[in-house]
Amino acid sequence: MDPLHQFQINPLFQIVLGGYDVSFTNSAFFMVVAVAAIYALLVMGVANKSMVPGRLQSLAEMFYEFVANLVRDNAGHDAKPYFPFVFSIFMFVLIGNMIGMIPYTFTFTSHIIVTFALAATVFVFVTILALLKHGLHFFSFFMPHGAPIALAPILIPIEVISYVMRPVSLSIRLFANMMAGHTMLKVFAGFTVMMISGLGALGFVTGLIPLAINVALTGFEFLVAFLQAYVFSILTCLYIRDALELH
Amino acid sequence: MPNLLAKGRLARWSGVAGASLATLTTMAGTVLAAAAEHAPNAAHGGEHASGGLPQLNPANFPTQIFWLALTFGVLYYLMSKKALPRVAEVLEARQERISRDLAKAAQLKEEAEAIMAQVEKSLAGARAEAQGVIAQAAAGIEANNQARQAQLNADIAERLRTAESSIATAKEQALANIRAESAGIVRDITGRLAGVDVDQAQADAAVAAVLEERRG
Repeated sequence: MDPLHQFQINPLFQIVLGGYDVSFTNSAFFMVVAVAAIYALLVMGVANKSMVPGRLQSLAEMFYEFVANLVRDNAGHDAKPYFPFVFSIFMFVLIGNMIGMIPYTFTFTSHIIVTFALAATVFVFVTILALLKHGLHFFSFFMPHGAPIALAPILIPIEVISYVMRPVSLSIRLFANMMAGHTMLKVFAGFTVMMISGLGALGFVTGLIPLAINVALTGFEFLVAFLQAYVFSILTCLYIRDALELH
Repeated sequence: MPNLLAKGRLARWSGVAGASLATLTTMAGTVLAAAAEHAPNAAHGGEHASGGLPQLNPANFPTQIFWLALTFGVLYYLMSKKALPRVAEVLEARQERISRDLAKAAQLKEEAEAIMAQVEKSLAGARAEAQGVIAQAAAGIEANNQARQAQLNADIAERLRTAESSIATAKEQALANIRAESAGIVRDITGRLAGVDVDQAQADAAVAAVLEERRG
């Protein structure tokens, strides 16, 4: 009955490494499942190397071209070497979200520490990229050109804060969407169960209302699952563009 | 860049919506969770009663980060080194095949056009040849006609001339006969009527003078 129970981390094997508890948990299990599913989809999809693709190959090619277009349109042509990174991010988040739509599974993207670690990876990646490409000139990013020098004391802190807040907004957006959606599904499902146990025969009738809402919400959740993966990767692309072009 | 702006707005909107939904549903969830924990048969109540949201329990952080780093690292390695190059290979092979087929089609089209041009050329040649033959035949016929016409004309003229000359000689002869007869008749008449014997030369001259007068 507890709608937050689904977010509970349950260790499957106890592992302690260097004093830290790094047990193999349900979260870790579904991360492994996601990676295996992505790899299997792509490798099995193009195993036949058909000229006219079958269903699985079409899917694999569709994902490839979708992300390739995403990178080309949003990060520019110079961003081609970072395509595998964006692709990994997109697929990991998307499949993570989609696995969460299957009952009794665990949605690892609904954990702030996971989304934050991913966002921080993106943040560190683009910052290193920008520093390698532009050296110390990178710091001119924080002073929009064309702005009067007198405004620098105001503008620079604002720009620095907005830059540093990127991983925070990126991770909270994904985490909040996933957690909210999944909690809502459980809350409405809980209403149905409570009505049945509380109202008896009448509960079977009134319980249909939250059930119907739940059906609609499930469809909506699929949209959110895709949309959030899309948003996460599109922002990653825009950050890569910023790093490559500095405005 | 309206496209970029729209995407930014979308991202921001979904972020705000997500955050507010999260707040609302977390509140609802906490109420339900509290209700569940107070129920006598709550099985899992004790486990996370102190932490509230499992996401905010720092005890879970090391394992999550560790496994995320491991799985994402493996995923990135598999994607960049194995899976994506294979997909790219298939896509490139198809692209190559398509452009090769297109090139072949263009080449065949060119060949067909060349053959077509050749056919047209030989057709034009044959037509010109036929025209030549026709013109030659027409010219031959024309020349033949003209030659025969000329010959015919000459023939007619020749015949005309001989006929005219024979008419002229006959006329001369007739006139000479008339003159000779007239002179005889003149001598005879004058002899009988006037009893004058006109000699031959005088009679001839008189007849000639009268004839000359008449003709004139």
